[in-house]
Amino acid sequence: MAGLAAAFGSGAMTNSIGEFEGADLFFVIGSNTTAQHPLIGARIINAVEGGATLIVADPREIPLVSYASLFLRQNIGTDVAVMNGMMNVIINEVLYDETFVATRTEGFEQLKETVAKYTPQVVEKISGIRAADLEEAARRYAGADKAMLVYAMGITQHATGTDNVKTCANLAMLTGHLGRAGTGVNPLRGQNNVQGACDMGGLPNVYSGYQRVNDDAVKDKFSKAWGVQGLDDQVGLTITDMMTAARTGDLKALYVMGENPILSDPDGSQVELALSNLEFLVVQDIFLSETAALADVVLPAACYAEKEGTYTNTERRVQISHCAVKPPGEAKVDWEIICRVATAAGYSMNYDSSWEILKEINTVTPSYGGITKERLEKGDGLQWPCPNSDHPGTAFLHKDRFTKGLGTFLPCEFKPVAEPPDEEYDFMLTTGRIYCQFHTGTMTRRTNMLEREAPRPTFEINPEDAKRLGIRDAEMAEIQSRRGAIRLRAEVTSRVPKKVVFTTFHFHEAPVNILTNPVHDPVSKIPEFKGCAVKIRRIA
Amino acid sequence: MSRTRSICPFCGCGCSFYILTEGDRVIGVEPSAGNPVNKGMLCAKGWNAFDFVNSPDRLVKPLIRKQGTLVETSWDEAITTVATRLSDIGSRSGPRSLGFLSSAKVTNEENYLFMKMARAAFKTNSVDHCARL
Repeated sequence: MAGLAAAFGSGAMTNSIGEFEGADLFFVIGSNTTAQHPLIGARIINAVEGGATLIVADPREIPLVSYASLFLRQNIGTDVAVMNGMMNVIINEVLYDETFVATRTEGFEQLKETVAKYTPQVVEKISGIRAADLEEAARRYAGADKAMLVYAMGITQHATGTDNVKTCANLAMLTGHLGRAGTGVNPLRGQNNVQGACDMGGLPNVYSGYQRVNDDAVKDKFSKAWGVQGLDDQVGLTITDMMTAARTGDLKALYVMGENPILSDPDGSQVELALSNLEFLVVQDIFLSETAALADVVLPAACYAEKEGTYTNTERRVQISHCAVKPPGEAKVDWEIICRVATAAGYSMNYDSSWEILKEINTVTPSYGGITKERLEKGDGLQWPCPNSDHPGTAFLHKDRFTKGLGTFLPCEFKPVAEPPDEEYDFMLTTGRIYCQFHTGTMTRRTNMLEREAPRPTFEINPEDAKRLGIRDAEMAEIQSRRGAIRLRAEVTSRVPKKVVFTTFHFHEAPVNILTNPVHDPVSKIPEFKGCAVKIRRIA
Repeated sequence: MSRTRSICPFCGCGCSFYILTEGDRVIGVEPSAGNPVNKGMLCAKGWNAFDFVNSPDRLVKPLIRKQGTLVETSWDEAITTVATRLSDIGSRSGPRSLGFLSSAKVTNEENYLFMKMARAAFKTNSVDHCARL
């Protein structure tokens, strides 16, 4: 999101799910949409069946590929080169939107200079995509009236994640595919309320509504609103930094609400070590997750069905949810637990309901100013920015101007993955999710229907590689990286190219994040989950 | 049977559905037909988003570590321990020694309150969540 904020001034999906039906072309890069965002995947398929064009760029032959006019199978971690190559073609053939570039953007000359060296031939060598296919993709994307660029973690989970995102923004700005319905740069968020967690200031650098912690006026505003002195005015630690600080002993206590970093973070053994090194660990969750099992205190929480409140989806739509049943046993809703802890620590928090908290959010968060319970109750949600109670919400951002004024081209050079395969570790491992499981599996693995469909971890390996290694379908094999090894069954499939293996992080039996490389993007601090070097061997 | 308006707890699509309950038990979900996001449809995860709610593995009592083992405790002891230990470590080693991980699964109101607790009660901006992951 840092990349989009730098380019546009606002780090969120620019357009809306409803607009997928009106788009002429989709460029889907680094998103296995039908598995991760099935209902958005279905929208894309419907639109294609109605005549829209689909271009998919992905190292894996994901299900959407069968609907695509063009499949660009790039080598892992070469996204910047691929999109720079497309822009090279678009600029050389003068297919870009000259009016949009002239009136809405800045930095075009630098972009032109950077992408000049990324000719389709150069990019073919880097990415493995045929020059003719790249040219075709560039012409089609630029030539469409309304083109939506769609991406997910395949773009962001790299040590160059921010560069990848900036390059997506460059491509959309260059072609004027922004600020209108059916266009835009559309990152699909992976969790039901990851957008809301960001919007509400669950980040070390901002309060709710992306108001910066190191801005004195903002600090004063929150000091007054919260009746408190001495707010921290330095940017805090990210999750990645916290794990490092825990290992060195600088971070001594951690309070984790509803997360399972042991399975979800890279280099899992190091995370476990970091958490074990803490003086005090609190985990608030609905299950005794791998992380909760290490805690000093575990607080039993209510799940979504047992509480009221609002959630913000990937298209910035805030929606209401009500309480259907009571929490089990003595479990409590999270906001009540937070109020009790804060009050016991000497800062009094008293609310009679989630709606009273929402009212406070309305008063201190400009983009949520008009998002009230009453309005949410009546309609189908409201998309921020929605500054006041008469405002209808915002379906797409950057209509006549970008949030920051002019959009800025932020050209990036291609950098290869941090840990490329070598002679010993000769495969590239990439990770993701599958259709029937979710994240670290705490919920879906306790769901019979889903667990029946995908009961155990497997990894995908290309038939030629499998043959060479003597691994047959459904046989056990070992994947080893410099950080650890896991054992799981092979799925022999040409869905993955040669020398690439894919698996998921849903299964504690084969915790893939023991293997992944903790190297991360310098700005967003996102780890490089999408590529690290491994070796594979058959277990006789 | 009753129906309660809710939102699917899995991915970021934000599909809208009704939770179906019989007494105190969640028995299913029904997609809301009019919602602009999912238009009456759900994926396999969404249709099954009720099952884990009733799991026998749910945590039902606060737990506290005593002699190396997690044992059941009262809310009062759990809350007092959390507040005291965090405050003590904060005053001994400074607010920078405390970290808070918020959640992409809980509500906006809870995320807001969690970061407010970290910042107002414990005076640290070291609050983050799994958006990066």
